[in-house]
Amino acid sequence: MTSTETTTAPTTRTPAGGGGALADNGARPRVVAQDDNSRYLPDMPIPVIECEGVDIYYGGFRAVHDVSMVYGQNEITAMIGPSGCGKSTVLRCLNRMNDLIPGARVAGRISYRGQDMYGSDVDPIEVRRRIGMVFQKPNPFPKSIYDNIAYGPRVTGMKVESMDDLVEQALRGAALWDEVKDKLKQSAYGLSGGQQQRLCIARTIAVRPEVILMDEPCSALDPIATARIEDLMEDLRKDFTIIIVTHNMQQAARVADRTAFFTAQAAEGTGDRTGQLVEFDLTTKIFSNPADKRTEDYISGRFG
Amino acid sequence: MATIGQIATRPLRAERHGERSFASIAFLVALWLALAFAVLCLVTLLVTSFVDGVQRLDSNLFTQYSSQVRPETGGARAAIWGTLWVIGLTAVLAIPLGIAAAVYLEEFADPTRWYNRLVEVNLQNLAAVPAIVYGMLTAGLALTIGLRRGVVLAGGIALALLILPVIIITTREALRAVPAEIRQGSLALGATRLKTVWKQSLPSAVPGVATGTILALSRALGEAAPLLLLGAVVFVRFDPDGLMSGFTTMPVQIFNWAGQPQVEFRELAAAAIIVLLGMLLLMNAVAIVIRNRYQRRW
Repeated sequence: MTSTETTTAPTTRTPAGGGGALADNGARPRVVAQDDNSRYLPDMPIPVIECEGVDIYYGGFRAVHDVSMVYGQNEITAMIGPSGCGKSTVLRCLNRMNDLIPGARVAGRISYRGQDMYGSDVDPIEVRRRIGMVFQKPNPFPKSIYDNIAYGPRVTGMKVESMDDLVEQALRGAALWDEVKDKLKQSAYGLSGGQQQRLCIARTIAVRPEVILMDEPCSALDPIATARIEDLMEDLRKDFTIIIVTHNMQQAARVADRTAFFTAQAAEGTGDRTGQLVEFDLTTKIFSNPADKRTEDYISGRFG
Repeated sequence: MATIGQIATRPLRAERHGERSFASIAFLVALWLALAFAVLCLVTLLVTSFVDGVQRLDSNLFTQYSSQVRPETGGARAAIWGTLWVIGLTAVLAIPLGIAAAVYLEEFADPTRWYNRLVEVNLQNLAAVPAIVYGMLTAGLALTIGLRRGVVLAGGIALALLILPVIIITTREALRAVPAEIRQGSLALGATRLKTVWKQSLPSAVPGVATGTILALSRALGEAAPLLLLGAVVFVRFDPDGLMSGFTTMPVQIFNWAGQPQVEFRELAAAAIIVLLGMLLLMNAVAIVIRNRYQRRW
């Protein structure tokens, strides 16, 4: 069975070994053992992105306070927590998408492979090429399926030997090829929501990033489409580092290697709610034996 | 107080306080009358113009220059060519400037900066400034730089200034209708803001920009006041041959003919109105076609 087969029942995981998303990405060192059933995780992840004492402000308002965590190579890291806890805000700072919001400011240090991502000589365009993003609502461009994939490589000036091959690879990587191979020239808007979201993932991997950020990628999808995306994440994990924000605790428990739990703390006096990181650990630990009472309350449904 | 049982047994028959009450019906009638009045005025204008001008809708109207001595065979040739020149120049000046300004305001400007907010507030006001003020502005400008006033260039500048705010506002609205997710999707792939504007925002905004622009140009097409103030010549017996050529336009010509005592001139004016209306109708039709053809539902 290959990862591109689409008949996978929603409850069964696609087995490993179906050819990674992009074959030539294999040059990157893989340290995580790839036996899907007994996933070996090092105590300390190999850091791709690191947050150290990160505060995020919108104008004078402090949205997030003192986040320190590590996103590990070839791991899926989930960020969970109640609404307004700052998890999406943190995610958007990891590829400088927050720059686009007037007044947004980051204090502390966010580094990518040891380089300060907010250094004065850093080009946010270059950051976003290495760290791609999939959004909550599928947002294909109003173009054909083919052009949706080819857009990224074209605008970033990637040297591509054969665009057709690249489009096929990307669509295979996102487990969408078999469904769309006969209608590549048709509008992406003709696809279902779940297909559109996989198209957005294909579009992201077409520019060959190292990290993929996912901002509640399944919240607009039905359970079957959600299961497909989750299967896909499992495959993508071999070639990419994935960071996902989700409202759905079960989803975090199913897909994530490590999970960070955030919550919002109301400030005394003003009542402004500032997000903070409560606990960050292996997903199995967070869901079975959390260290913090607030995590336990949230996981067990007592709050949030 | 009525119990539930009493309310339930009441008939559902329409009563005087329902949709058939006097107030409801009177309100509806008033709305219809308002609409009828507007349509009636328009129809009257069209019919009288047509009745007066239809016998002068001949080839002379398009091929002959206006004549003081032989109005019965005179035509609007100079005015038609003058209109094409001036509106063409207006389009060339106003469209790129307007779109560029709108792209800056919508895609690049930081709304927390005071100067951007200042422009924002004043744009709405500028769109409401009377046309003649733009004529005076251009006349002053021409005087300062030593340009003759009654030339195609000055006319084009005046009309371009007049419609610039309208083009900026409609283009901004069209850009704003492009979902933020599309821009974010492009930027998240590592596209620059320039590429994002060029490849995503602007192409998606084309229908809105095109319709807004064409409607603005049709406003310029019907404008006489600023051109009169600039001294557009009235009895022109030549086609404009360049930017520094004297000119007249359809509205200016109509204004002049309508003020002449001879009945032939008034017929001529009516015929010219029909031609001008035809031009406006054509432009608006083009705008509608473009909108329907390229309209995109998100």
